[in-house]
Amino acid sequence: MPRLTAKSATLLVLAALIAVTPFFFPSGYYYRVGALIFVNGLAVTGIVILTGYAGQISLGHAGFAGIGGYACALAPTHLGLHPSLAGVLGAVISAVLAYLVGRPILRLRGYYLAVATLGFGILVAMVLNNERALTGGPDGIAVPELGLRGLLKDWGLDLTNGQFWYFFCGIVLLIGAWIALNLHQSPGGRALRALHGSEIAAGTVGIDVARVKLQAFVISAVYASVAGSLVALQNKFITPDIAGFMHSIEMVTMAVLGGAGSVLGAIFGAGILTLLPQVLTVLAEYEQLVLGLVMMLVMIFLREGLLPSVLRKLRGRGE
Amino acid sequence: MSELLQFLFSGLTVGAVYALVALGFTIIYNASDVVNFAQGEFVMLGGMVTWFGHAAGLPLPLAALVAILATAALGVAINKLAIEPARGAPVVSLIIITIGASVFLQGAAQLVFDKQIHSFPAFSGDTPLRIGGATIQPQSLWVIGGALVVFAGLWLFFTRTLLGRAVLATSNNRLAAQLVGINTNFVMTLSFALSAGIGALAGVLATPITLTAYNVGIGFALKGFAGAMLGGMGNPKGALAGGFLIGLIEALTAGYLSSTYKEAAAFVVILLVLFFMPQGLFGRKSTERV
Repeated sequence: MPRLTAKSATLLVLAALIAVTPFFFPSGYYYRVGALIFVNGLAVTGIVILTGYAGQISLGHAGFAGIGGYACALAPTHLGLHPSLAGVLGAVISAVLAYLVGRPILRLRGYYLAVATLGFGILVAMVLNNERALTGGPDGIAVPELGLRGLLKDWGLDLTNGQFWYFFCGIVLLIGAWIALNLHQSPGGRALRALHGSEIAAGTVGIDVARVKLQAFVISAVYASVAGSLVALQNKFITPDIAGFMHSIEMVTMAVLGGAGSVLGAIFGAGILTLLPQVLTVLAEYEQLVLGLVMMLVMIFLREGLLPSVLRKLRGRGE
Repeated sequence: MSELLQFLFSGLTVGAVYALVALGFTIIYNASDVVNFAQGEFVMLGGMVTWFGHAAGLPLPLAALVAILATAALGVAINKLAIEPARGAPVVSLIIITIGASVFLQGAAQLVFDKQIHSFPAFSGDTPLRIGGATIQPQSLWVIGGALVVFAGLWLFFTRTLLGRAVLATSNNRLAAQLVGINTNFVMTLSFALSAGIGALAGVLATPITLTAYNVGIGFALKGFAGAMLGGMGNPKGALAGGFLIGLIEALTAGYLSSTYKEAAAFVVILLVLFFMPQGLFGRKSTERV
């Protein structure tokens, strides 16, 4: 049997998990949780490209999720766009904003991006909260139906709402993971990972450091935006919380917990942190405490993240 | 005219708080190259612990002292438990650690105290002073005076005392400082204690005006950082000037443009500084040795 590449192995594991897990669902509710994990996994895959590959950090990625989500709420009513195109529009706006914000900042050292994105996220949340006439303010706003489920029904594929979103988000996550994994192997991806090691060393071998960082930032913003659009379309409702500071922190924590350097690890981290509050409802009150603690502990003791560390241990024992 | 003066007064008041936060950033940054995102939480803790102590029956000055000492001790704990074990980690890891500490402290404050907005009485009463047609709260003078006194104290400490010079030496070159017998670990601990204490003092002075709650820290951190950057990262004079400038820009934005979006002013300043003068007002062009 030919050896599987890491890329196809990751995609196979992911596809198998998405396809097989529903057989173990005790109730329809779990499709919802599953879809949520996939959406978070998608956003976190974007963080893998930015943080895991390129070694940069954003503390405001929820801002892009907010833009993606509110694009789906606003563009259909105000511009007459189909909700799916509204999601695309949100992704384009996110990419343009990421480019404009990132261009001056990414020439500089790491923490400038952290501060600027922190400010950016807070700014987006502020606009969504304050422009009541447009966004409905803190109470949120309704999002139109995507309509794809009805279309599938006409073609003879009758899914419940939960099932539809489970598989739809699962497929989008697979596509997102596939793109991220391809990037990992491409010359551009190698350039990104070279930055992570040392920006100066990368520069001396002829990599345009600022440009490559900017590309990673823009791509990861698009991931967050699409994830935001999916949340909005699935819930048919959206509030400014999606752009909030804590949501940005959640994304970073999911990525570093599972392992920001690996797509599968980060999605695994997204799974854990999405499931935990569902299993332990008492945790809601401790959410910030737990997130903060996880961030610190992982960075001190398991810098590669949970999954890569565990895999390395297993491999070490096997050989 | 009196309107402008009024905006200037309120800008100087919040600016003094930002200046103190920016000074806190600068101290830790100089000693260790770490940008401590938990800096704003020290301000929050200064206010919250003082409120808590005061509400529990302690006299205000004692409650304030307890708050400053407790926060300084917490700063030391963060350095010992979270920063020192990660020595040599990449910048991204250190950012995640300090932002993790920030989120953790917010979560803890939510549990230990509550989610309400709190305040305590101003130190010298609430009768506003009239100056040139505008009014200023006596507490504002406390805040502005506090920032200036802290700055003067730091200046004396760093230029006139052996210990302060040890900190400067460490920030110039850690290895060389170790070679001449400076305990650089102690310098780090001292920097965190000092920085946390100054942050808490800012919280104590400002709370009667700005009020406090478990989640106010991140805003202070952002604006303090904007101030430190505007002045030139790592330069104490720059931090002081930059903090005051951010406060003034914010107050003028609120007065003449939009009070809803005054918070955006700091962010716009960050972007403009990064675009046009990444070295800040007082900073020198940085070179990095590999």
